[in-house]
Amino acid sequence: MTPAPLVSIDDLTVQFRTDRGWTTAVEGVSFDIGEGDCLGVVGESGSGKSVTALSMLRLHARGTSRFASGVVRYAGKDLLRAPEGDLRAIRGRDIAMVFQDPMSSLNPVLTICDQISETLRLHQGMSRAAARGRAIELLDLVRIADAARRVDEYPHRLSGGMRQRVMIAIAIACRPRLLIADEPTTALDVTIQAQILELLRDLRAELGMAVMLISHDLGVIAEFAKRVIVMYAGRVVEDAPVDVLFRRPVHPYTEGLMASMPSLEGDAAKLYSIPGRIPDPDEAIAGCRFGPRCAHAEPICRAAMPELVAIEENHRVRCAPRSRPGGAG
Amino acid sequence: MGRLIAVKVLQAIPVIFMVSVLAFLLMSLLPGDPAVVIAGDQASPEAIEKVRRSLGLDRPFIEQIGLWFAQLAVGNFGASLMLNQSVLSAMGERLPVTLSLAGLSLAITLPVGIFAGSIAAYNRQTWVDSVVMTVALLGVSIPGFWIAIMSVILFSVILGWLPSSGFVPLAQDPAMWLRSLILPAIMLSLFQIGFLARMTRSAMLDVLSQDFIRTARSKGLSEWMTVGKHAFRNALIMVITTMGILISTAIGGSVVIEQVFALPGIGRLVVQGILARDYPLVQGVMLIYGFAFVAINLSVDMLYTFADPRVRYD
Amino acid sequence: MTELSVGAGPVGPIVSPVLAPRRRFMLLRRLLAHRSFQIGAILVLALTIAAVFAPLITGIDPSAMKVRFRFRPPSEAFPFGTDNFGRDILTRVLYGGRVSLWIGLVVAALSGVCGAAIGVIAAQFRALDAPLMRLMDALMSFPAILLALGITAALGPRMESVIIALTVAYVPAGARIVRASALVVRELDYVQAARIAGASDVRIMFRHILPNSVGPLLVHMTFVFAYSILAEAALSFLGVGVQPPTPSWGNIIAEGRDYATEAWWVMLFPGLGISIAALGLNLLGDGLRDVLDPRLKGAG
Repeated sequence: MTPAPLVSIDDLTVQFRTDRGWTTAVEGVSFDIGEGDCLGVVGESGSGKSVTALSMLRLHARGTSRFASGVVRYAGKDLLRAPEGDLRAIRGRDIAMVFQDPMSSLNPVLTICDQISETLRLHQGMSRAAARGRAIELLDLVRIADAARRVDEYPHRLSGGMRQRVMIAIAIACRPRLLIADEPTTALDVTIQAQILELLRDLRAELGMAVMLISHDLGVIAEFAKRVIVMYAGRVVEDAPVDVLFRRPVHPYTEGLMASMPSLEGDAAKLYSIPGRIPDPDEAIAGCRFGPRCAHAEPICRAAMPELVAIEENHRVRCAPRSRPGGAG
Repeated sequence: MGRLIAVKVLQAIPVIFMVSVLAFLLMSLLPGDPAVVIAGDQASPEAIEKVRRSLGLDRPFIEQIGLWFAQLAVGNFGASLMLNQSVLSAMGERLPVTLSLAGLSLAITLPVGIFAGSIAAYNRQTWVDSVVMTVALLGVSIPGFWIAIMSVILFSVILGWLPSSGFVPLAQDPAMWLRSLILPAIMLSLFQIGFLARMTRSAMLDVLSQDFIRTARSKGLSEWMTVGKHAFRNALIMVITTMGILISTAIGGSVVIEQVFALPGIGRLVVQGILARDYPLVQGVMLIYGFAFVAINLSVDMLYTFADPRVRYD
Repeated sequence: MTELSVGAGPVGPIVSPVLAPRRRFMLLRRLLAHRSFQIGAILVLALTIAAVFAPLITGIDPSAMKVRFRFRPPSEAFPFGTDNFGRDILTRVLYGGRVSLWIGLVVAALSGVCGAAIGVIAAQFRALDAPLMRLMDALMSFPAILLALGITAALGPRMESVIIALTVAYVPAGARIVRASALVVRELDYVQAARIAGASDVRIMFRHILPNSVGPLLVHMTFVFAYSILAEAALSFLGVGVQPPTPSWGNIIAEGRDYATEAWWVMLFPGLGISIAALGLNLLGDGLRDVLDPRLKGAG
């Protein structure tokens, strides 16, 4: 019997308020994260990956969003409906988040020490001095040189890579059980990217925490994740272990993504790109939202939104033709 | 950091110089012969000559400017014709009044304005926002002196709660001091509060939309901490940059308020001087005002440097 | 070529795309649909019409004294009542509106033009930048009222002095705004390209820099109009602005103050006039700002 998942997201639907009323950003998102999992969530901009992540901790701006349906289960609570107080105890302590842009994600007028200590003093009741000491340890842990001096500096004195390390330090300060990293390397140089990914990998091993890494970069996902969720137009379209996904993708969109990755082998022919474009969230499309761009679309695809179906153990796909018994590609 | 301060002080010097020159030139704006204007058109030629010589208007221009700066260097800002007193001492007598008024007004303006702007921003596009912003709008649109007069009629004449005029020094009787100043101070703050509330709202909206606010929330911080500590410190920086304007407008507005409430302050002195054609007095007061404002702006600038860590170095 | 419009943001200049002439029409439509702008425009328009057509609205001479009718409360014959000289207040307020609105308009326009000129020159010619800006700083050290007091004192209390004084008071802020935009625009690639291609400084100033600074300047000028009305009223109230018998909203209030308890109507209506004018202009300015610089929504 598989152990109960750490976090379980079931049929999450999030809508945003726009001039034209409520627009659905993500719909029917369901997946589990187990203890110590290493999950990658991949998709292009607008696929709903960040929305999903922010929803898990209810971090959307006030009054702009609503949860039309779904449950996010953690420690026996539904995070979408739990009282604010419960949620605040979980944020930063059990589930922590690292954001995309380290430049703007740190408060420019507070010192690094202050920003790390906040979490420690809030969740672990540390004194100012103890928190400062721990902050320096954390900076060492995330491999920032000269931590004792850096800790009293302001964010603008640090490079992008260092700031991201500080963000990670803040996030792991209370040894969370799940770390959500939303495009942590996108704003950084390639060499720094590799360092940050390595850091995340090592921290995960050391602290035994689950990591949910969100990225639009397949390379990053391939290198880091053990299991991958592919999102398209606000829906989960495939959920598989990483090697299965990369070698035997089932969903036509995933196939398209794989095909559009530049490769060092093969001819230097024109780079493949999936025809068409991502639909706007409020664009009405009958049935499968990838249908209009799919080369293998069938009438059933337009008839109704396909269900997310397990075609193998640990491998789910949202595609009617491909999830027919015996019909996988 | 010391270097930064030194640079700012150095930059203020040419400004002070300009202010001095402008004040000096004030006299030359007078249409016709300044000596005649001051002595009055009924005066005898001897009287006019006397005025001319006493003000040094018979000397060549260069000498006049030189004399002007020489006098400034020793702290001689001129003498009032109607009061027979040095400008400096006339101002000194009235300084406590204006300072009390402006000070009390700022003490009211800052917390109310910042608070109003903050809650409007935090509750943007709700009824709270609309109400606060409408009141702020009215504050910057309704003429202060007009509403001041009407408030005097209401509170002093009709209700008799507060004195309609006069000033009681703080040292003499604190309770009366407050009673004589509270209405004028409130009237003076109306425009300021409106202005500050609007500025603060804009600054807070900007800050609340920044990523680090989301980071703060993701750490599990309460709304109070997130807004009160993270957002507020940043918005405060923007508010500090408007402090200079607030202080200037308070002092400027006090001129009119002192007239309405017959408070013997510097503003009232200036108006009396103008109406009595006491140009040396007006000139001297303007000059001192100028220096004071440069000093105030410099201080606010320094305050800003302390508040925003990003501008401290280089 | 995309033109950029620069606004004075809370921390520094912001540059946002300005639409090509074809799409300036869209901007106008958004402006007209903006609620603050609509209300402001209606108020200002109503006041302007009342002021311009004052003689037609009431056939009375504002200085006509009918001592028999002194201190009449508002009635059908005298909708706003009469003052201590028996003069019709409605007429005086309308004519006073003419004066006050005219002064405000001229000050806004003049200070805007002069400010723009100074700002552009300062940005374009490095050698003039420092002295000009120090001068602007010196002027800006003073609150507008004090500066205006000093200048009207020197020039003699008259309408013209008030106009000159207030213009001088508000030029520096305009100059700063235009200079800030100009500095940003000057560094843009296409302006540098124009310079390399040999365009003269003057041409660059007019063709590229000015059009891009118009937005924030226009917003500023609208607020200056509002501030000038309030400032002129204060000056006239103090007795150093427009002199009686020429009516201005400020000096009507000053006169009415002396007998405020007997004839409250004398003070009430000019005050309302000032408030409505300033309110309308502030709303207009808010609307303009929201449309031309959406990021600054709600700033003072």
